[in-house]
Amino acid sequence: MTGESGRELILGRVRRALRDVPASEQPADHPVPRDYAEKHGERSHDATVGLLAENLADYRALVHRTDAPGLPALLARLFLERGARRVAVPAGLPVGWLAGAPAELLVDSPDLTADELDSVDSVVTGCALAIAETGTVVLDAGPDQGSRRLTLVPDHHICVVRTGDQVVDSVPQAVRRLSPARPLTWISGPSATSDIELERVEGVHGPRTLEVVLVTGDPREL
Amino acid sequence: MTGTYLGMPSFPRAAESSTRDGRLRANLRRATRTIRAKRDRAVAELDDWERLRAAGAAVKDRTLRHLDHYLVQLEESVARAGGTVHWAADAAEANRIVTGLVLATGEREVVKVKSMATQETGLNGALAAAGIRAYETDLAELIVQLGDDLPSHILVPAIHRNRSEIRDIFRSRMADWGLPAPEGLTDAPADLAEAARLHLREKFLRAKVAVSGANFAVAETGTLVVVESEGNGRMCLTLPETLISVVGIEKVVPTWRDLEIFLQLLPRSSTAERMNPYTSMWTGTTDDDGPRAFHLVLLDNGRTDTLADAIGRRALRCIRCSACLNVCPVYERAGGHAYGSPYPGPIGAVLTPQLRGLASPLEESLPFASTLCGACFEACPVAIDIPEILVHLRERVVEGGPVTVRGTRTVIKPAKRHGAERAVMRAAGWAFDHPRALRRGQRLLARTRGLHPRRLPGPGRAWSDTRDLPDVPPESFRDWWARTRGGTGRTGGTS
Repeated sequence: MTGESGRELILGRVRRALRDVPASEQPADHPVPRDYAEKHGERSHDATVGLLAENLADYRALVHRTDAPGLPALLARLFLERGARRVAVPAGLPVGWLAGAPAELLVDSPDLTADELDSVDSVVTGCALAIAETGTVVLDAGPDQGSRRLTLVPDHHICVVRTGDQVVDSVPQAVRRLSPARPLTWISGPSATSDIELERVEGVHGPRTLEVVLVTGDPREL
Repeated sequence: MTGTYLGMPSFPRAAESSTRDGRLRANLRRATRTIRAKRDRAVAELDDWERLRAAGAAVKDRTLRHLDHYLVQLEESVARAGGTVHWAADAAEANRIVTGLVLATGEREVVKVKSMATQETGLNGALAAAGIRAYETDLAELIVQLGDDLPSHILVPAIHRNRSEIRDIFRSRMADWGLPAPEGLTDAPADLAEAARLHLREKFLRAKVAVSGANFAVAETGTLVVVESEGNGRMCLTLPETLISVVGIEKVVPTWRDLEIFLQLLPRSSTAERMNPYTSMWTGTTDDDGPRAFHLVLLDNGRTDTLADAIGRRALRCIRCSACLNVCPVYERAGGHAYGSPYPGPIGAVLTPQLRGLASPLEESLPFASTLCGACFEACPVAIDIPEILVHLRERVVEGGPVTVRGTRTVIKPAKRHGAERAVMRAAGWAFDHPRALRRGQRLLARTRGLHPRRLPGPGRAWSDTRDLPDVPPESFRDWWARTRGGTGRTGGTS
């Protein structure tokens, strides 16, 4: 059987199965109530950033705060603590971020093999946005984030979030701001599993250490 | 366990042995109680939970009532974004399509993300028959695959195994599939997770073809969504050159915005988290990022037959969270294997008989694998009234009636084993229509109380195998009322 006949067979079955649906009914005629909350609770922006930090930490992400001028020194310290010598970066990461870092940089490109990525100690990226209520950072493969595998293969991911314009309260707010045309990765803490007796264990295939840096001011000019 | 669901016994027969397995019951009790308490906390954080549930149910109902429209729209969107859409009317066709796509790449190995749809079609067996090795990469699926076992839970397929059993499986079987388990492996969950990481890493890095399912497929944009925890999903979805996703036709949602509902409902209901660690969303293919070829295989395999039943179709709202399993007293005691399909628990009891049809004593027995307590309905994030569907399917089993089998409407006969039940119900119906006969019968029963057996003879025996016969009171309510008028004293003359 070819795909085409499978298609007609299935669509024919669907239409026969729905004989009870009036022919005049349009999809939008079946009501969807959208009276659920756009966000949960009223907070100042500072409190929203605080909630993000709290929820990130609750799922074992390590959270740091700095202002934009302090970012390079903070990153240098994190690499030093980790003992990271080879660091992967997306092509569009502001050059100043790693100015003080005593590490060899590997810039994301389509030619990088998975094995090469596997040999780096850490990866540093920006993000598209972060969601306070769920403790989530979302990557959309923008220039300061790189391809999806860049943040997947290395064992240590540092993600920089601009608190001024990248933190939203809720999932509905995030969905509104994101574009489905870009590949998206939503990250809530380091990789984890609950597969053994439904107990949560952090650290399986994705980065086992996730550090999130909350930056005030605009670090894009660094 | 032999790695197949074929020829499984009916639910009561399977449960008779599984309920006597003390270790299985202890494993399940521990795991389901842990997750129940966590889920309650995660759900309580959202004060609009009931409104989210209603919205989720309504989106799914809208989709199902116009499924042809949304499937065609999804096909167009995926094709526009660079993907190829295939349609599979049944399991065999899905397996044939996937096998052909893998063979065409020249590869003989695939990595797999946990997928209910490919469990349902038995894809791994079909690939093996074509000389293709499929590596399961979800930790629990890996445990099941290494143990030559069957999944027993939607979210945590190896929930029936405790940590020391898992360690033993890793020690004895990992070497047959690749990197052996580390020396001196303990049964600490963190050590077991580390062993899985090491075992699978080289497979991820060299994989050229991946097979996945999807949690959602957005008709409007062609976006596919996979929700996971470990990062094995991200590995499979981004490192290989070819990605093949097998997705049930009921997984389509109309709009991008609809995800804001389901991404709140699903993680809190399944792993009881505010958000699961990783969610991947992709739309077709992207230059220099992820697979160069993307194939979407849309699977029917009984879904349109389920759709044809206006009550039964509500089961197709299911987003496979497994909350209903975790709250079910029957699942907790009988375990997942007794349900004889990849879909155990309350949702399996309504899905399996509809997807496969009432084809054997197993499917006929599943609608009865419930106490109708309603905990599943309360926990369901898309408000599927599972007890209502169970009762509807029980009627179909006992009374027969119209069903759709592979697209053709037909009328099934009443199931054989329920003849005695039908006779009793008919007799009861007659007695309730004839009050004098009922009164005489009740008095006769009351007078012969001392002679009643503890178990019924003849055809009623199976019923009383698992139930105590009710005690007959010395006096029927009607006689007591006639004598006392409910104790108001109107005939007693005491006040």
